[in-house]
Amino acid sequence: MEKFISHTGTAVPLRRSNVDTDQIIPAVYLKRVTKSGFEDGLFAAWRNDPEFVLNQPEYKSATILVAGADFGTGSSREHAVWALQNYGFKAVISSRFADIFRGNSLKGGLLTVILPQEDVEKIWAAIEADSTLAITVDLEAKNVRLGSEVFAFELDDYTRWRLMEGLDDIGLTLKNIDSVSAYEEARFSFKPKTLPIRS
Amino acid sequence: MSKTLAEKIWADHVARSAEGEPDLIYIDLHLIHEVTSAQAFDGLRLAGRTVRRPDLTIATEDHNTPTLNIDKPIADPVSKLQVDTLRKNAAEFGVRIHSLGDAEQGIVHVVGPQLGLTQPGMTIVCGDSHTSTHGAFGALAFGIGTSEVEHVLATQTLPLVRPKTMAINVEGVLPEGVTAKDVILAIIAKIGTGGGQGYVIEYRGSAIRALSMEGRMTICNMSIEAGARAGLIAPDEKTFEYVKSKPHAPQGSDWDAAVTYWKTLQTDADAKFDVEINLKAEELAPFVTWGTNPGQGLPLNSNVPNPADIADVEERGAAERALTYMGLEAGVPLKSIQVDTIFLGSCTNGRIEDLRAAADIVKGKKKADSVRMLVVPGSARVRLQAEQEGLDKVFIDFGAEWRNAGCSMCLGMNPDQLAVGERSASTSNRNFEGRQGKGGRTHLVSPLVAAATAIRGTLSSPADL
Repeated sequence: MEKFISHTGTAVPLRRSNVDTDQIIPAVYLKRVTKSGFEDGLFAAWRNDPEFVLNQPEYKSATILVAGADFGTGSSREHAVWALQNYGFKAVISSRFADIFRGNSLKGGLLTVILPQEDVEKIWAAIEADSTLAITVDLEAKNVRLGSEVFAFELDDYTRWRLMEGLDDIGLTLKNIDSVSAYEEARFSFKPKTLPIRS
Repeated sequence: MSKTLAEKIWADHVARSAEGEPDLIYIDLHLIHEVTSAQAFDGLRLAGRTVRRPDLTIATEDHNTPTLNIDKPIADPVSKLQVDTLRKNAAEFGVRIHSLGDAEQGIVHVVGPQLGLTQPGMTIVCGDSHTSTHGAFGALAFGIGTSEVEHVLATQTLPLVRPKTMAINVEGVLPEGVTAKDVILAIIAKIGTGGGQGYVIEYRGSAIRALSMEGRMTICNMSIEAGARAGLIAPDEKTFEYVKSKPHAPQGSDWDAAVTYWKTLQTDADAKFDVEINLKAEELAPFVTWGTNPGQGLPLNSNVPNPADIADVEERGAAERALTYMGLEAGVPLKSIQVDTIFLGSCTNGRIEDLRAAADIVKGKKKADSVRMLVVPGSARVRLQAEQEGLDKVFIDFGAEWRNAGCSMCLGMNPDQLAVGERSASTSNRNFEGRQGKGGRTHLVSPLVAAATAIRGTLSSPADL
């Protein structure tokens, strides 16, 4: 996984709340067996609308998505994270994220930043006034900066460290695999097994 | 220290805990399907890793499979490649798979319980948000993303931060015609689609205890629609009875040991939940959604809400957008809404009791000429059972289409989709924009409301017949 320390880019305002993962990428786009190419399905239904914010030329090169509350609800599809990343987004800012989407994003290195709704509103106003405004999402300093404004955000130290080091969770767990083996030794023997097959 | 049920299961599955790190939670059962697993198996291959516990892993094909002509190769080449990829991965990594045509194939959350692989006190995960279904057995079950699927395949564990706990108490007796589906739709309307964020919900109270295991599965299934990580119900004699007859139930002395343990899986009397919410069963009614998220629901006797009456600016905007998308006028009675398609099925309401309940209503009747009805059993096993009981004939005589098992029109990934502007009454779990097909309009309902609506052509409950 690529390290995430700090990212500076322009941002696009998505003034909608409850953007579910079926909106981020509809099911018909989930058929690929790779992790790439999903940008074609990103917000597929809305992108047919010429008025949709992502279709506005001034926001075409944005790398930060600033969304309404409860972003990423619904399906657990990690394709939603891949679609955002494949399109070019490095970070998403919202006042609330759905749990599974947030977990997926932080596994995959798409930084999801939680800011109070009033800060989100300020960023929306700023990027609507000037689409070229540079925004920095700084994981090391745990803040978002634009112009003279600084908005602090929280992220637990463990996840922050993992993202800044670009570490693979599986590799970290395998370092402690002995504790897993020890746990397995003590598991109840009546717990079901899928094999051998019983009918 | 006294604990809630969720906290007990959590404590029993901590393989490693360290200051400043998430707990490493052992996973008892990993369910797999074709849509969210290919990239995970690829990751294993790239890293030269194996599946640690194939004997705690099971795969089936459900999301992307056709419900017609299942004896022929899948027509869509991209869908076919995805299903073939799962079959290849299962063979290569030694994972048990139930493929299309197999009697145990079906929606992953229907298959686990019917095989008896879902048991109390387990941790169960799947790359699907409706994994919460298995919570009905007093298991801690939740949906995960593909990175986590890979993590579980490689290590049989997940690093997780312990969720908060919420109790939802439903006391009393449900009125006639009010089902588990109506209860959960009412709960989501009350707490909102984000109300459960960060929580595991325990459903409690006499109305919950009175539900069958299948009704409990319907409730737990939609926990995610309230934003919750998981939902569960303490196991009782009904749970044990349900598990006992299933193929993978513990046998002999293992059964006695299991039941002894399962009986400890109750929230302690003095345990504290972070949040408690109370509903009175008597006040509940058949429920239907009018909008584009599962929280936008009302009793069927209501009118389409007027966004102007909603104080919260954000919610008002969402309601306005929803009504535009749904093509509905504020103030119109919900019961006057004409639908085009009835979908009976899904991991929410595709089990045998759901089919029986709907068949009871439509038996000897004819569907409205203006509607089509798809009946999609949750699994091939449910389909066989229904056919043994003659339910297939009841539905076919009624004018419905009797299909093969799978997720089908719940998410419209296979050819079972709504057309642009087409309106459904659907027993599934999500009414998001385009969920059942681009431009499709979904009203979430119970199997009873679905059946009555199929007869009248407008949103109806059996009481309207």
